[in-house]
Amino acid sequence: MKLLRMKPGHGEIVLAEGDVDVPEQERELIEAFRRELDAGMWAAVPTQSRGGRREAELVKDFGDVPRDAERVIFFPRAAGGAPGATR
Amino acid sequence: MSLALGTAAIILVVLLWELTRPKVKDASARLRLAWINRWRAAGQSRYDPGRELRAEQRARALLRSCIDDDDWAMYRDLGFLRVWGRLGERPDRAARDGAPYAYLIYPHKPIVAYVPATGELLNEYCVAFPDDSRPYGSSRLPDSDDVLAKWMALTGDERRLISTANMHLPGRQVDPDMVRRDLARLLAWDREQASRPAGSVRAA
Repeated sequence: MKLLRMKPGHGEIVLAEGDVDVPEQERELIEAFRRELDAGMWAAVPTQSRGGRREAELVKDFGDVPRDAERVIFFPRAAGGAPGATR
Repeated sequence: MSLALGTAAIILVVLLWELTRPKVKDASARLRLAWINRWRAAGQSRYDPGRELRAEQRARALLRSCIDDDDWAMYRDLGFLRVWGRLGERPDRAARDGAPYAYLIYPHKPIVAYVPATGELLNEYCVAFPDDSRPYGSSRLPDSDDVLAKWMALTGDERRLISTANMHLPGRQVDPDMVRRDLARLLAWDREQASRPAGSVRAA
């Protein structure tokens, strides 16, 4: 499993990588996961719906991440955008 | 007399210099360090088109790896993504029966909700994903990362994202004429895709 984080001016970076079935590596993944959530990031796991379409699942706890997930993607939490910023 | 005064003045100046020299030296070192740090920070946060381009390329690769092939083709060809609303979770059925509503996701623009059956624009949802750590002086994600963040948030927890966003009537920030043109392009694109053999998506 890889924990990725979106980063301005860079694209994604790998925060941690490991096998969830290896306790030591799972501990490192959990620590990295908590660090990002504590820093205010949102976490999403790319998944597939029952219909076969791709979608994402937002997770708030490492225990919610499917054990077979390949990636967890962290991105800054959503905020209401500034009015008149984009036209 | 004047010789004695002159000598005393010189000795005084030398003594004062000796006393203040360590402080002057420290202050000048601090100033130099502050100047170097400022120069480095300015260098790092300076807009670098090459760095931004590489970031966007990484972001596009990540986006492509997360969404369906037809969605990727849509983004590549049209520059935006369509996400069906909560009740349109089955795109095959939505395409046939008409989904109640859908969203258009543009990079760094509000999400636009509309009615696919009529093309009526419903709302703009102004939302951003600012990274306050500003690693290169900007809090702005690359374009495709912004699209992916919106896509993940919408497909993962539509209600949460929409409740976070600032909702406005159409036309507040995104030109409605542009959106209507995009919907017409999307319609034509959908027709073109439908006419292709199943499973074939034009290569990037």
